[in-house]
Amino acid sequence: MNKMISPKDFEISRRGLLQGAGALVVSAAGSTVASGKAKAKAFGAKVKPPLHPTELDSFIAVGADGRVTAFFGKMDMGQGVDVAISQIVAEELDVAYEKVTTVMSDTGTSVNQGGASGSFAIKRGGHAMRFIAAEARRVLVEEAARRLGVKASSLAVDDGVVSVKGNPRKKITYAEILRGNYFDHKLKWNKKLGNRLFSSGKAKPKSYKEYKVVGKPFPRVDVAGKVFGTTDFVTDVKVPGMVHARVIHPDKAGARAKSVDASSIKHIKGARVVHKKDFLAVVADTEWDAIQAADSLKVDWTPGKKPFSKQEDLYDHIRKAPVVKAETKVKKGDVDAALKGAAKVVEAEYEFPFQSHASMGPACAVVDATSDPVMLWTGSQKSHYTAEGVERILKLKPGSVRGVWVPGPGSYGRNDAGDAAMQAAVLSKELGKPVRVQGMRHEGTAWDPKNPASVHMCRAGIDAQGNVIAYEFMSKAFDRQDVRSNESKPRDNLAGQALGVKLKPRKFFREPEDIYDIPSRRLGWKVIPPFLDRYSPLRTSHLRDPIGPQIHFAADQFHDEVAEAAGMDPVEYRLKYLKNPRDRHLVKLAAEKSGWQKRVGSNKGQGGKTTLTGRGIGYALRSGCRIAIVADVEVDTRSGKIWARKFTVAHDLGLIINPDGLVRCIHGNVGMALSRILYEEVNFDEEMVTSVDWATYPIVESPDAPEEIDVILVNRPEKAPQGAGEGSTRPVSGAVANAFYDATGVRLRRAPLTPERVKAALAAGRG
Amino acid sequence: MAKPQRMRLNVNGGHHTITVDPDMPLLYALRNDIGLNNPHFGCGLAQCGACTVHVNGKATRSCVTTVGSVRGKKIVTLTGLGTPEKPHPLQTAFVEEQVPQCGYCVNGWIMTAAEMLNKNPRLSDRQIRAGLKGLKCRCGTHYAIHKAVKRAAKAMAS
Repeated sequence: MNKMISPKDFEISRRGLLQGAGALVVSAAGSTVASGKAKAKAFGAKVKPPLHPTELDSFIAVGADGRVTAFFGKMDMGQGVDVAISQIVAEELDVAYEKVTTVMSDTGTSVNQGGASGSFAIKRGGHAMRFIAAEARRVLVEEAARRLGVKASSLAVDDGVVSVKGNPRKKITYAEILRGNYFDHKLKWNKKLGNRLFSSGKAKPKSYKEYKVVGKPFPRVDVAGKVFGTTDFVTDVKVPGMVHARVIHPDKAGARAKSVDASSIKHIKGARVVHKKDFLAVVADTEWDAIQAADSLKVDWTPGKKPFSKQEDLYDHIRKAPVVKAETKVKKGDVDAALKGAAKVVEAEYEFPFQSHASMGPACAVVDATSDPVMLWTGSQKSHYTAEGVERILKLKPGSVRGVWVPGPGSYGRNDAGDAAMQAAVLSKELGKPVRVQGMRHEGTAWDPKNPASVHMCRAGIDAQGNVIAYEFMSKAFDRQDVRSNESKPRDNLAGQALGVKLKPRKFFREPEDIYDIPSRRLGWKVIPPFLDRYSPLRTSHLRDPIGPQIHFAADQFHDEVAEAAGMDPVEYRLKYLKNPRDRHLVKLAAEKSGWQKRVGSNKGQGGKTTLTGRGIGYALRSGCRIAIVADVEVDTRSGKIWARKFTVAHDLGLIINPDGLVRCIHGNVGMALSRILYEEVNFDEEMVTSVDWATYPIVESPDAPEEIDVILVNRPEKAPQGAGEGSTRPVSGAVANAFYDATGVRLRRAPLTPERVKAALAAGRG
Repeated sequence: MAKPQRMRLNVNGGHHTITVDPDMPLLYALRNDIGLNNPHFGCGLAQCGACTVHVNGKATRSCVTTVGSVRGKKIVTLTGLGTPEKPHPLQTAFVEEQVPQCGYCVNGWIMTAAEMLNKNPRLSDRQIRAGLKGLKCRCGTHYAIHKAVKRAAKAMAS
C-alpha cells in the first residue's frame, strides 16, 4: 500500500530495535543467579549518547530481547555486505548470527564510514566493526564478571550468555546486563570520517582460528522482499503533502534557457515551473501530471557552441588534446635505453569509450526541506555525503539534514542518484513542500556521469633470448572524476552547476597496478580537460571498478601480444613475469580448471566454419583482491556476435567472510563487465549525447549471458580480507578480447567488441 | 490529456475504483492510485520489463499500456503472483538461487518467465535463454536468473 513516511517513523523504528518486540524487557531475569546483584548498580545509560565515532552506541546496540543491531555507515546494493557485517559482529560478540541485524547508511543512526566506495565495505568498514564488536564483548564480559563475582578470564560466552567456565549454571546474558540501556562507553577514534574511519577499544579481536560464524555461508537478507515485491525502493517513498517534479535539461549540451513559456503547461491543473538561474523543473501534484508537464513545457534554448568532438574523432581528440596533468608513478630501470637495445619492440594502442551507469531505473530522491531535521531519502551510495551536499546547496548548518539510504535502482558508483537528491532539495526549499524527483530514462543514460573515455599506449622490449626487458604503459584519457563520487559539494552535481557553481575536475586517472616484474618499466597517465566545463552529459565520474576495465582491456591484451612476440604462451608468460606467488597461484588455478591448452599466439580455426572458438586469460589486482579469469568464447563470423560461453574465475581476497555471498558477487561482476566489453558505448554527436535509452545504449541480454561461471575461491584466513565488490569486474575485458584473438587471429584494440566492429575487423583481417 | 474518468480495475483479485486520465499508463495507476509498488518504472518505453504485470495472463509492459485499455481485464502483479506463504515456483526458485542484487528489475523477469512457464514448463535451456530476451538486468545477474528459471521449470513440469 502507499506508505506515508514521516521523520518520526525512523525514531520509532530505532527505539523498536533497542527495546525488542513487545514487553520482553525483564523476561529473562528469572533464569539468572545474578539478577539480585544486577539491581545493585545499573549498567549503561538510559539516554543514548550522541552519534559519534567515539561512542560504542553509535555502532552496536543490544536490545532487551538480546537481539543485536549493527549501525553501519556504508550500504549494500545486493552484494551481501550487510550479511558479512552481521557475521563479523556476531563472531566478535559471540552471539548467533541470526540475532544480528545490520542497519545501513541512515545518517540518523550511523556515522560516516564512507558509503559504498572502493570495495572497502569489508576491508575498511568491516575491519572497524570487528574491533568495535570485540570491544562491546569485552565491556559486557567485564560487567558480567563484576556481577558474578569472578574474574573476566574465567568466563565464556555462548550466544550472548556469559557463564563461568566449568560452572555453566553461573551465568548472565547480555540482555540482562544491559536491560535495554545503552553502553555509554567511549572508543578511541582515529579522527577520520569516511572509508578511513577506525574506532576501537582495549579489546583484541579473535584469531581466525576461533572463528565459528565468519567463513560460513549465509543467505542474503534482502532477497525475499525483492522477489515477493514487498521491498520499498527509494522510488516508493511517499511523504504527506509531497509533490512530484521532473527536471528539464537543455536539449543540447551547453544550451541555456532563453525563455520558458509557463502558459504551455497551464492546461495541467496545479502544474508549475521552477526556474532559478539555469535550474529548470516542472512540479505537479501527481506524477503523471509532472511527466506531462515536462513533455508539454515550451522552452526557447540558446544553443552553446558545439562542445563535443564528432564521435568518430573521439580518440583523435584524446590523442591531440592538451594535458592538464600527468603522472608516472611507477618508474623502474631505464625504459628508453632498454627499448633502444631490445632485439624486438612491441607497440600497440587501445581505445575505450565513455560508458554510462545506465542504472536499471533513473534516479529518484525525496526531500522534505520543511521538516526538522530536513529529511532526504536517497538511493545514493554515500548518503552521509549526500546529506552534506543537501546542507551545502541549501546553505544549512552541518547536521541539519538526515539522509536515509533506501535501495535504489542499482548504483555501481556515482550514478545519477546524487543529482536527483540535490534537485529535490532545491525544489523542496523553493516550494516549501516535500518534493519527489524522479528522472525519465534519458536521465539515467544520457545525463548520468560517465566513465572516462581513454587511449592506452603500450610498448615493450624483448631481448635476443626472448626475455621481456622493458614495459611502458601510458594512458591518455578524460579525467576519472570531473565530478567527485561523493555528492557533498554543489560543484559535483547538476543542480549545483545549474545554479552557477563551477566544475572542479580532480585531474586524476591512475596507472595499472605494478604487478609484472619486468626489469625496466614505466607506468603512468595523462588527463585532458573535459569537453564542457558545466552541466555536461559527458562529465565523468566513477563507474564500477573505475578505470579498471579500460586499463585491463589494454594491459591484458598487450601482455598477450608481448607473449606472442616472445614466443610464449599467455599463461606461461604470466607465470614468469607476475611478481607475487599469490598471483601466480591464481593464474595456475584458473588455467588448470579451464583446461587451458598451451599455445603461442592464436589457435584460430578451432570450432567450425562459422562458429570459431577461443580462450583467453586476464589477470588483475584490485584493492588487494586478486583475480585470474579465463574466458571461453564463440564467435559467429556471420553475425559478428561474440558469445562468452564460460568464465573460469580464480579469486583470492585473503580471509573470506561469506563464501556463498562472495561467489554470487563475482557472478554479478562478471555479468556486468561482460556487458560493458561487448556492447556498451555512449554515443554522441557534436551537440549532445545520443544514447538515451536501452535501444541506443544496449547492454547484455539473456541469450548472450554466459552459461557457466566457474568460481574457484582461495581462502587465506590468515590474511586480512580485501575488497571483492569490484575486483572480478576488472580482468573480464582483457580475457574476452584475448579469447577473441585466440579464436580469430584478429586483435580488437577498440572497445566494445560489437558485432559491427567484429564483422569489419574479420573482413579486414585485422584489429 | 484526456479528462479523468472513474473506472474499476480488477487487480490481484480485488476491485479498485479510481478516477484517472484513461490515457495514463497503467503503471502509474498501480503505483500511485492503487498503491502497488512492485511494478517499477525503468524506461517508460517497453525496453526493459521492470514494469511487467499480467493482463488476462499475458505478460504486459504497464509503462506503455493505458489504464483505460485494461478495464474489465484481470490484472496480476508480482504480489498477486505469489506470497511468502504461497509462493509461485519462480519466486521460490529466485529466493533459493538468491537471484536479485539491486532487485529493481526482478519483477520483469519473474512476471515474464511466469507467463512463459505457465504456458509450457518443458522448455530447453536454449528456449529459456531466448524467451527472456527483451528484459534488462543491469547488475548482470543473468547467470543466476537462468539457474532459477530452469529450477522453477523443473518444479512446474514435475
